Amino acid sequence: MEATRLTRAVAHRQRLGDRLVEVFIYLCGFAAVVIVALILLFILREAAPLLGAYSPLDFVGGIRWYPLSGVFGILPLILGSLVVTLGAIAIALPLGLASAVYLAEVASPRVKDVLKPAIELLAGIPSVVLGFIGYLVVAEMVKNVFHLPTGLTGLTGSILLAYMALPTIVSIADDAIRAVPVEYRHASTALGATRWQTIVHVTMPAAKSGIVVAVMLGVGRAIGETMTVWMVTGNAPVIPTTILQPLRTLTATIAAEMGETPRGSEHYQALFAIGLVLFVITLAINSVSYLVVRQHEDKR
Amino acid sequence: MISKQTSERIAFAVVTAATVIVVTPVILIVAYILINGLPGISWEFVSQMPTHGMKAGGIFPAIYGTILLIIGTALFAVPLGVGAAIYLAEYAEEGRLTRAIRLAIINLAGVPSVVYGLFGLGLFVVFLGMGSSVLAGSLTLAILVLPVIIASAEEAIRAVPQDFRQASLALGATKWQTVRNQVLPNALPGITTGIVLGLGRAAGETAPILFTAAAFFLPRLPTSPFDQVMALPYHLFVIATQIPGMPVEKQYGTALILLLIVLSAYGVATIVRMRFAARKLW
Repeated sequence: MEATRLTRAVAHRQRLGDRLVEVFIYLCGFAAVVIVALILLFILREAAPLLGAYSPLDFVGGIRWYPLSGVFGILPLILGSLVVTLGAIAIALPLGLASAVYLAEVASPRVKDVLKPAIELLAGIPSVVLGFIGYLVVAEMVKNVFHLPTGLTGLTGSILLAYMALPTIVSIADDAIRAVPVEYRHASTALGATRWQTIVHVTMPAAKSGIVVAVMLGVGRAIGETMTVWMVTGNAPVIPTTILQPLRTLTATIAAEMGETPRGSEHYQALFAIGLVLFVITLAINSVSYLVVRQHEDKR
Repeated sequence: MISKQTSERIAFAVVTAATVIVVTPVILIVAYILINGLPGISWEFVSQMPTHGMKAGGIFPAIYGTILLIIGTALFAVPLGVGAAIYLAEYAEEGRLTRAIRLAIINLAGVPSVVYGLFGLGLFVVFLGMGSSVLAGSLTLAILVLPVIIASAEEAIRAVPQDFRQASLALGATKWQTVRNQVLPNALPGITTGIVLGLGRAAGETAPILFTAAAFFLPRLPTSPFDQVMALPYHLFVIATQIPGMPVEKQYGTALILLLIVLSAYGVATIVRMRFAARKLW
């Protein structure tokens, strides 16, 4: 009798312990949702006073960023981010797609085993180290090739951002291409198409949605990059007319100015408002690509 | 008109060349930093305090600060990340809630690092009154690496065969006993890989600690979690762009130490993955 009661007590305590651990696991599960909400809440909280006093239209559409005189127009910064990002995608998209085709369709497994980690390694190099190399080496190259007074330009930023976006683009596009059923390829070669014709006319169209996602996430990566662009784009908050001039991105503005501005000032609030703009842009990009993937999976 | 065989050969040459253009700079960058950084590295360099406005002496406080931040990040990110992964792999049912959680994780992975910095400033530094400190920086970095840890841990847990769970449940084990005694031990190498990769990423990040932890220069080591610290990535930024006349070998030396810390995380992750693949029981 005594023994049974003891076992029962032990079992009960175990079940209670189990319950506690399981409650912890459930809480962890919801943490991600809570954190996204908290990010939005706390950035809004710091940005709100400015957004109340300053017209959002003047903020987003204003062509002058003179924070010390209380003029907060972020159009030059938006255009700066846009120019650098478009430049980066123009470089990274053809290179990334071609590499993905090479890895998925042309390379032997042994070559692929060497190349894939090398490309992943690129994603592992800290952005400040890439910025450092960009500042010392890539900026010099851009300066000499285009005979510019300074190498710290939008193009320098685009080149470096392209390499930062490449691992994302290559790996997702590679997965998308390899996910195309092998029967499609067999059917195409059976009709007399070469491997290349099969890639262009069958495999790539079938992998289209995955490739779109790869590009979108690459864009998201490029817009949000901070340290590298801060170090190599020259930091001139003017409306860019060419990619070969110094400019200033949204991210670099926050990083460069937050340290020097008093907490709670209008300038401080304006920097949080820029953060809000960035957060909304990346949220939109990531949510849309998630939905594209989701829809594609549901169709399968 | 060229034949389709010839055009295929040209096309394959083009995609091969593109891959060379993608991969070569990676090797060049690592080699370049290695060659230029090695002459600047000595025992004094990694063990001494900086002197003469950081132009002489070592970078010990920056290395120490980065190690503290990694430990702090691990303390918060590992339980939360692994817990979330267990939830998603073992407990969650497909439905609207799980979709919302997955969408949130994907969005967390895409938030710009400087926005994490703003968030850390708004919540930890200002609202919770931690000030710019090791604690605030660690919490910010922990949130940044959470998606990395969750994704790889979930994958590792899902890779454990279903039979293991059924065998354990059939013997009368509870759900949690099954997870703890059968699933987690078998998923451990994969979970470890994800944790190491996440922490390597945290070690190299600059923007999130700019306003939450990092000091331009500190003449002493931190003594409490509420102290500011120097950190390697921010230190590299400072000596590369903010101090005129900085000796180049100190810059490359600092870049090399940072690169070694981050890349050794990749090395460890690769070794764990390979040893596990060789020993795999199923």
